[in-house]
Amino acid sequence: MNHLAGIEVAGQEFPWFIELGAWGLNKTDLQSDERPNETDDAQRISGGMPWYAPLTPAVGKLIRSMIRLTRHGGSALPGKIIEAIDPGFLRRTLNRLPYGVVLVSGTNGKTTTTRMVSTMLQEMGLDVFTNPTGSNFTRGIVSSLLAEIGLDGRLHADIAVLELDEAYAVHFVRHVSPRYSLLLNVMRDQLDRFGEIDTTARLLGQVAEATTGTIVLNREDGRIRRLAAHADTGVAVRYFGLADELRSYFPSDDEMYAWATTETARAQNSKASADQSATESNSPSSSDLPAADVVLADVEDHRASFIICGTRITTQVALEGIYNVYNAAAALAMAETVIEKTIGHPDAQDLAVALSHVTPAFGRGEIIQIETGPVELVLVKNPMGFRLSLQSFAAAAHKTMIAICDQYADGRDMSWLWDVDFRSLRETGVAMVSGDRAWDMALRLGYDGVCVAQTDPDLESAVERFVMADAGIPKRIFCTYTSMLRVRAKLSHMTDVADAGVGR
Amino acid sequence: MNATLPSDQTRGRANAVNEAACERMRPTEDEHVTSTADRAVDVLFLYSKDMNIYGDFGNLLTIRRRLALYGYDARLHFYNPGDDWPDHVDLILGGGGQDLGQKMICEDLSARADSLRSLVRAGTPALVVCGLYQLFGHFFESIDGTRMEGIGIFDAYTIGQADRLIGNVVEQSSQFGEIIGYENHSGQTFLEEGATPLGEVDRESMGNNGVDRTEGARAFNAIGTYLHGSLLPKNPLVADFLIRTAIERRYGRFAPKQIEEQRRELQLLDDLAQRARSVAAHRPR
Repeated sequence: MNHLAGIEVAGQEFPWFIELGAWGLNKTDLQSDERPNETDDAQRISGGMPWYAPLTPAVGKLIRSMIRLTRHGGSALPGKIIEAIDPGFLRRTLNRLPYGVVLVSGTNGKTTTTRMVSTMLQEMGLDVFTNPTGSNFTRGIVSSLLAEIGLDGRLHADIAVLELDEAYAVHFVRHVSPRYSLLLNVMRDQLDRFGEIDTTARLLGQVAEATTGTIVLNREDGRIRRLAAHADTGVAVRYFGLADELRSYFPSDDEMYAWATTETARAQNSKASADQSATESNSPSSSDLPAADVVLADVEDHRASFIICGTRITTQVALEGIYNVYNAAAALAMAETVIEKTIGHPDAQDLAVALSHVTPAFGRGEIIQIETGPVELVLVKNPMGFRLSLQSFAAAAHKTMIAICDQYADGRDMSWLWDVDFRSLRETGVAMVSGDRAWDMALRLGYDGVCVAQTDPDLESAVERFVMADAGIPKRIFCTYTSMLRVRAKLSHMTDVADAGVGR
Repeated sequence: MNATLPSDQTRGRANAVNEAACERMRPTEDEHVTSTADRAVDVLFLYSKDMNIYGDFGNLLTIRRRLALYGYDARLHFYNPGDDWPDHVDLILGGGGQDLGQKMICEDLSARADSLRSLVRAGTPALVVCGLYQLFGHFFESIDGTRMEGIGIFDAYTIGQADRLIGNVVEQSSQFGEIIGYENHSGQTFLEEGATPLGEVDRESMGNNGVDRTEGARAFNAIGTYLHGSLLPKNPLVADFLIRTAIERRYGRFAPKQIEEQRRELQLLDDLAQRARSVAAHRPR
């Protein structure tokens, strides 16, 4: 049986996107769209619940089974129904957890980091509930709760580790106060939804305010670091960070313009502009920053060194890309905090061992084997993520394809492609460009002097031709969110692809 | 597994950019630019630090690359508050920013207002997008009542509103034909009596204010617009207008000096732009 049936029927009509679409109808006004309805508020204030609340788990499970039976796909639909008929369900269920909720949010790296935190806590002996990849909206969480709870409404877990989209995180904290929050970064992404980066930072500020125990922040991202001011009295703030030597690998969003200035400096061989770009891309050194519990000290091929509360630990990592390894520092800081506050005595070495067992999340450097060789999928959603991916995955010895779609979940605006520097692909060129906006991408590469062998907006046919050519040479496909789902669906016809965790 | 290969017909349609094209796509900017002073064009990018959002660097990249392909040498000047003003300016570019960035540059902009006004009034071509377009008007009053003074190059003013105007835009301009881009702004801009818009928006595009169908503004050789996208790569006619005007003003005439390879490369970029435009014109808002 085809594991991806749910997705594949779908294309653009995949129910999950209907969810997104419904949510996005009022995309210019996040606030009003996000506001819980009044009935919901009244119930929460009175602490009451509908008379049929004890039946919610059974009803929810029934809906879930029916949807699965009809092979309707869409993990979020049962959640949507239950949210409508029993809005207090999420709060009641999660508030019973003995160790509370860990909320993970930020622009880049939520999925991988959530996966790492969950794995580490599990290996340390905690029973962890987590939301499956991709369903980072509240209704997705409600849907997965329905699968896990008993008919008595109890969730058999010690703690929940939940990934939430920035806007839904705000919606979520109106229902459930997280005990721990891990806030990763704010970068230009989906500006057609959020409008401005500062707006996104304000959303995360509300998450920080709602947190009751410990907030873990990225000290290298100014907008995140400043969220410390939002911590309530008695709430601890901790940081993860980078060693000075590694900082140049992670330009902040505000340094995006630096490529243009460095390029000019080189082209003109002008001392003045070279000096200027050097000073501008320099971040503050760690002496100006708060102390970090976990610092990423060194990265080599599949090995990383961290300084965890003063102890230097070197460990294997199965993750691709330096930015995923930096997410590991975030996850270590959070796992260390949780262990200390719950079962006590976190051991840095044990945490590092647990970390070495984490494998990439779907589409984040995931490798699918087909008969002509390995095909690596790299999800690219925003300019910084794309830049970091190009830096992390060397183009040499691979055939490269880029698939850019502009569905609502990808973002309609193509401007972001112009904030990515593609010159690292000049040497190898790009074998195939595809997706709704293939020609925008080809034009972008053209202006960077990158050779494009073929451009075909029909994604399915492009994937097939790309992976079947050049047997034996590893392939890599950079794709936006909806392109990723379509590429996986297409590849699933060619081989067994594990369930993406979003379709069923 | 049996892969069904697409028919030759399908492939012919799809492979518009073929292997032969690849060879010409190697960057030529460094090798073939005549770096002598008589081919230099001074390009000023305003407030590169705070006003560069939504891919506005694409405009700079386009100007730089096209100048190189015409055999001219772009000398880029990145200007930020407190920097020295360049001795010579042939072409002005400016982008959009966040509300905060806009506030940060405001004071410096008013200190530079005379220089910018005299450049534009003397005919220097300029393209300012979104945030700087607003500040090239008379003022921007944000939703909380804060008033930012502009430099009055365009007879226009902007009022902030709660809902952002976001989406794909197609507009018709008498000078450039169809202009294609993407708007994302919270300010509603109104042109004063006698001011000229850049174009008139199609379909459900919003443009300056969502009310009068106008988009952008024109004054002398300056263009103000809300269009990101980036604008210039997909609208090469606008890019070439800026380039040609800059060069004619400085050297008396526009005289491309190209080898065959540069000519072909420019043609390829324009073909790609044409294809990207026809797709973009029909995407959902």
